Amino acid sequence: MQGVIDREWIVKKTLFTLAMITVLGIVLLIFFVARESIPAFTEAGPVNLFSATWNPGNGQYGMLVFLTGTLATTAGGLLLGTPLAIGSALFLTQMAPRRARSIMTRGVELLAGVPSIVLGWLGFTIMVPWIRSATGSTGTGILAASIILAIMVIPTITTISKDALEAVPESHLQAAYAMGATRWQTIRRVLLPAAKPGLLVAVILGMGRAIGETMAVALVIGPASVFPKSLTSPTHTLTTKILIEMGESTGVQRSSLFAMGLVLLLLSMLLILLVRLVSRQKETMR
Amino acid sequence: MHENGYKFELEEMDLYYGDFKVLEDVNLEIKKCCITSIIGPSGCGKSSALRCLNRMNDLVDGARIEGSVVLDGEDIYDRNYSVVGLRKRVGMVFQKPNPFPKTIYDNVAFGPRLYGIRDRETLDGIVEESLKSAALFEEVKDKLRTSALALSGGQQQRLCIARVLAVQPEVILLDEPCSALDPIATQRIEDLLSDLKTRYTIVIVTHNMQQAARLSDYTAFFMIEEQGDPGKIVEYGDTNTIFTKPTDERTERYITGRFG
Ligand SMILES: Nc1ncnc2c1ncn2[C@@H]1O[C@H](COP(=O)(O)OP(=O)(O)OP(=O)(O)O)[C@@H](O)[C@H]1O
Ligand SMILES: [Mg+2]
Repeated sequence: MQGVIDREWIVKKTLFTLAMITVLGIVLLIFFVARESIPAFTEAGPVNLFSATWNPGNGQYGMLVFLTGTLATTAGGLLLGTPLAIGSALFLTQMAPRRARSIMTRGVELLAGVPSIVLGWLGFTIMVPWIRSATGSTGTGILAASIILAIMVIPTITTISKDALEAVPESHLQAAYAMGATRWQTIRRVLLPAAKPGLLVAVILGMGRAIGETMAVALVIGPASVFPKSLTSPTHTLTTKILIEMGESTGVQRSSLFAMGLVLLLLSMLLILLVRLVSRQKETMR
Repeated sequence: MHENGYKFELEEMDLYYGDFKVLEDVNLEIKKCCITSIIGPSGCGKSSALRCLNRMNDLVDGARIEGSVVLDGEDIYDRNYSVVGLRKRVGMVFQKPNPFPKTIYDNVAFGPRLYGIRDRETLDGIVEESLKSAALFEEVKDKLRTSALALSGGQQQRLCIARVLAVQPEVILLDEPCSALDPIATQRIEDLLSDLKTRYTIVIVTHNMQQAARLSDYTAFFMIEEQGDPGKIVEYGDTNTIFTKPTDERTERYITGRFG
């Protein structure tokens, strides 16, 4: 009897300790990034930091261009990727014959496993020249980055959407068909509304994937520290700017990169909060 | 116009799921504005037979039918027959209540909207009328805009009936509609069906002998001879005869509860 209690006590304490280490790690991470970005806020000031001009030689550390780049490429990737991903999930769950379904599922899983640098490299060597010859621009920029990001978010969004669609009880669909609904009407009026919270979670998680992606984007984004003149002219995102500058920065410049990291961190946390809220809403609806 | 008093006429109908023959040589005439019940042991193909009448079996991979199923003189398995049109005329209520995860109002308005009715007042009227016909209106009139999933099982089942009534079908198929309900809720549904039969042709699958005897005008008894054989109709006739002097001894054994 005593032994059982002891073992339970040990398991409990161990798990607690492990959990604390994780929490501590996250707290330390935020603390460290925040601390390193203090000089940027005190010496350059928030107005400077969130301005549109990046010119360290002149004491200008504005991140607005990069923040815009991050938001634009993420939005672009989702805009291109989401319809394809949800379309694939619909096809997989509603239409595909069993064999095609398993082949496609494997394909999606495979795509999820492709390292981002490979995608970036393919984008750089094949897609960018193609855009260049089609538009007469450099070929790099938000369009190229969005396409690469779309390819990267498709497996995430497809897989999670598929789960969300499969979770809708067959009996709802049967009810719709029995009322004389066509397949498309059943999908639009019953399946999609019932799966909506889950589909939202899928898109938000895809967004999380897109927002932090660095290597693949770095190869096709530009680079240039100015607002792009078009979807096919060079610019930067928060992550690609940090990547390029981090080696040779010191002082306030280095600190301003940490400030960018902090902004990125806060954006991601906002996303997690969003997932939480949506999932909770999903539970109360069931 | 086809006028012999029959809504459905099934002639030598066989049903296959892939290679598996589920039903064999089903001959059945279903009279207009009557309640016909289908009884028989579990697995004999009652639900399958019911699902032949609104072609819900089309959704099953490999389902195939031989023979003919005629509704008002037209073969519903004819190449040119509209399945969507058929299902509008032949509504179905399932064993487990399956309201959509939408509001009570949107559940009832689902069918009318599907057929293109957009006008607010028309929809309001249909919803109220259908809920009244399904004997549910008084209980839910103050919460039409709340989720249908918050209703009790019995209320949900009546809501499903209201949802079917909203498209003004000619036939209502019910597959063990009361099997998940308590006796009081069951009683309400039975009363409701008795009221509805003046306007609708009703076919109900039930495991409850008393229910079949109380409620229906005609009864079909299905059975499988041996494991793996297809289901067949053993006896079909007016409910009184089936329950008081069945001609087949298997029918008698089944309704008196001695096997099945
Ligand atoms: N979708 C399906 N695919 C393949 N076989 C099926 C399918 N649905 C039913 N069957 C088979 O068809 C036979 C008849 O099933 P059915 O559901 O019609 O019986 P039932 O009389 O309604 O039984 P119960 O009283 O238990 O509901 C069974 O052997 C069953 O296994
Ligand atoms: Mg059944």
